Amino acid sequence: MAGIISYGSYIPYRRLKRAAIAEVLGVPAGKGERSVASFDEDSVSMAAEAARDALRGAAVDKVRTLLFATSTPPYAEKLNAAIVGAAAQLPAESRAADLTGSVRAGLSALLQAADAASGGGLALAAMSDCRLGAPEGRLEQAGGDGAAAFVMGTGDGVIAEIVASASFTREFLDTWRMPEERFGHSWEERFALTQAYVPLLGKAIQSVLEKAGTAPAALARVILDSPNPRAAEEIVRGLKLDPAKLADTLALTVGQTGAAHAGLLLTAALPSLKPGDLVLMAAVADGADAIVLRVTPAAAKFRPAHSVGRMIESKGAVSYGNYLKWRQILPTEPPRRPDPERPAAPPMMRSEKWKFGLIGSRCTACGTPQLPPQLVCVKCQTRGKMEPYAFADRTGRIATYAVDRLAYSLNPPTVNAVVDYEGGGRFLCEMTDCEPDRVAIGDEVEMTFRRLFTADGVHNYFWKARPKR
Amino acid sequence: MASKGIRDRVAIVGMGCTKFGEHWDKGADDLLVDAAYQAYESAGIGPEDVDAYWLGTMGSGISGLTLSEPLKIQYKPVTRVENMCATGSEALRQACYAVACGAFDVAMAIGVEKLKDSGFSGLVMANPPNDGTPASMTPPALFSLLAPAYFKKYGLDPDKGKDVLSRIAWKNHRNGARNPKAQFQKEVPLEAIKNSPKIADPLGIMDCSGVSDGSAAAIVVRAEDAHKYCKNPIYIKALSFVAGPAEGPLSQAYDFTSFPEVVASARDAYAQAGITNAREQISLAEVHDCFTPTELVLYEDLGFSPRGTAWQDVMEGFFDLEGRLPVNPDGGLKSFGHPIGASGLRMMYEMWLQLRGQAAQRQIKDPKLGLTHNLGGQPGRCVSFVSVVGNSVG
Repeated sequence: MAGIISYGSYIPYRRLKRAAIAEVLGVPAGKGERSVASFDEDSVSMAAEAARDALRGAAVDKVRTLLFATSTPPYAEKLNAAIVGAAAQLPAESRAADLTGSVRAGLSALLQAADAASGGGLALAAMSDCRLGAPEGRLEQAGGDGAAAFVMGTGDGVIAEIVASASFTREFLDTWRMPEERFGHSWEERFALTQAYVPLLGKAIQSVLEKAGTAPAALARVILDSPNPRAAEEIVRGLKLDPAKLADTLALTVGQTGAAHAGLLLTAALPSLKPGDLVLMAAVADGADAIVLRVTPAAAKFRPAHSVGRMIESKGAVSYGNYLKWRQILPTEPPRRPDPERPAAPPMMRSEKWKFGLIGSRCTACGTPQLPPQLVCVKCQTRGKMEPYAFADRTGRIATYAVDRLAYSLNPPTVNAVVDYEGGGRFLCEMTDCEPDRVAIGDEVEMTFRRLFTADGVHNYFWKARPKR
Repeated sequence: MASKGIRDRVAIVGMGCTKFGEHWDKGADDLLVDAAYQAYESAGIGPEDVDAYWLGTMGSGISGLTLSEPLKIQYKPVTRVENMCATGSEALRQACYAVACGAFDVAMAIGVEKLKDSGFSGLVMANPPNDGTPASMTPPALFSLLAPAYFKKYGLDPDKGKDVLSRIAWKNHRNGARNPKAQFQKEVPLEAIKNSPKIADPLGIMDCSGVSDGSAAAIVVRAEDAHKYCKNPIYIKALSFVAGPAEGPLSQAYDFTSFPEVVASARDAYAQAGITNAREQISLAEVHDCFTPTELVLYEDLGFSPRGTAWQDVMEGFFDLEGRLPVNPDGGLKSFGHPIGASGLRMMYEMWLQLRGQAAQRQIKDPKLGLTHNLGGQPGRCVSFVSVVGNSVG
């Protein structure tokens, strides 16, 4: 049976304290804080970050299926998954699809990727969401932004095999949003809770445990994800699940990350599990999915590059004012500088490996890495002896930097840094997730895939440097 | 192999320069016609006497028609050139070569820029369609990269470094206050410069050159013909233009405390002019002070100060109007303003005045050799022009 070969996750650097929302709007404050995608992030860029981590050490060239799940796709038409695939440098020979329209898409992607991988080859399920609620609403505070990605496959490399799964679908109206709307609507919450979520989640869990031949007591960890936390609480009571085995829902530190959330919780739980442990993961939204996984001995060898715990600790605050500006809920006066121009399709296609994969070149005559990729070597001036050279996973140090208060940005000032990579190569690029007055020559940075700006409806994705997380 | 040069073979026999500034009531046409007629009159000639024109503008028009149309040039060659902020110098260089080689007897180099019609702050350049990956930094941010690198390399704490930069701006404003054609004709107190609103840390608005409109023009002839037009012409000793391989953003070897392109063009120009010690031999210089750290680094690249010591020369007043080597006596880009295509010729206009004793309250005593330096681009990725001119042959 197919299972998880490797995984990655992503929690953006910024946090918005719920009390900070309450202070401005005068609404009751929830406890804790939520994660906030920066002004230069969206569900695609965050999925790319999670996918890159999931693919470190995996056989990228064997990936034949890519499923991108989100309820907040940056493009309504145009394959969002292709951007994730380009950033992760997946092979062109692959099946790719966006799964969207419901936060349920995340677990659907995981299960479909497992099905796809059962036939051979690897499948990548990337799930990501940028949860946006209208000011003063419940989702604004309860939601969070984040991503998770799983490489699914078969054979010895599987670190958590899928023992059984169960899915239930019914038509009912709970949460909905028209394509042209930014903020969604919800029916009175007691309706879906009592008539859909609790019964469906209960059925899904009972069914999957039966299929797996497992009793609740045999579970090492239980991951329950419900947009309405009460559904999970009732299930725990009803099925007499041991509360000590329940995974933290990250409600106080991250928030509910929509389509990404069940996956994110699984990536948070996996590092602490032992071979042989059984995990129940169940989620409700527009229906219910439940999965039982068994951790294998291979799990001991895998450690994600950025653990969820590490990314929860690595954070910086965003004010509610900046959050409103970043989400363009609060319009601001633009600077007296020209608007960014949309990138052009032919040069983007020509430089696909560079733009999306941060693949530079290395001169085989003198060995000098350089980026962007060059035709003639900057060091020895030899022509045409370049080989591809990947920079995305390399760290570097700041040689010098500039704090630009004039450039167009949703988050001024723009910090640019000259990055000298370990192993060679230099790049002048924008910094992100940094505090401008703390940037210094010699700081260590790593590369991150971002949406630089959107112009004429074209999202311009490229790479930035950030302080190492 | 360096260029061979045209030392003392070409002379400037007439020049014109409009006032630089916010000319809300003038377009590029008005500025061009004004500067061209000033130059004609200065040389004692008329449009019919000029055989060919080189027009420099970065974005205020395309093709030779930008000049021939307003000036009603009667079916003669007009070449429009562009080399970023060194555009005006490039126009002059082409005109000089044209008369030196004998293709024409009299040529005009003219530069113009009309910046204040854009509605934007600072300089805006149009890019060809691209893949969306080039860094979109503003000019002050690009040049501000020099400051932390220079401070760190030479052990200046940021506050001391800021004092040095502020003093450069203070000096240029002080000079500009003595120039009736400058955009800003007021001295500015050091504290006001130092505390001006930040644009690209540590640069404040007062570390940036003036965004302005303007035009300047020169009439060039072969040296042997110069006295037909002018009693005291100035002679071209050297013209050097260098475009770099843009190594700075690519190579870890570049440390952001120098412009290799400037070093190369200065070396070439000094070889052409027979200069062995610029600090001693150059009487005055107009350099490309687009932002204060640029001028600081240029002192060292042009050989005016040994490496790592320019900041001391700045603080000691070495480059002041009364100093040993006055730099930007006309106020520079900082105070005279920077209409891109005109700036290189504006620098030469100050040489024209100073070397002929016509700089009035800015006049430097008995200058012999002057240098203009003009660059375009960004640290580590630029074009650089250096000229040396003198008031006598030999």
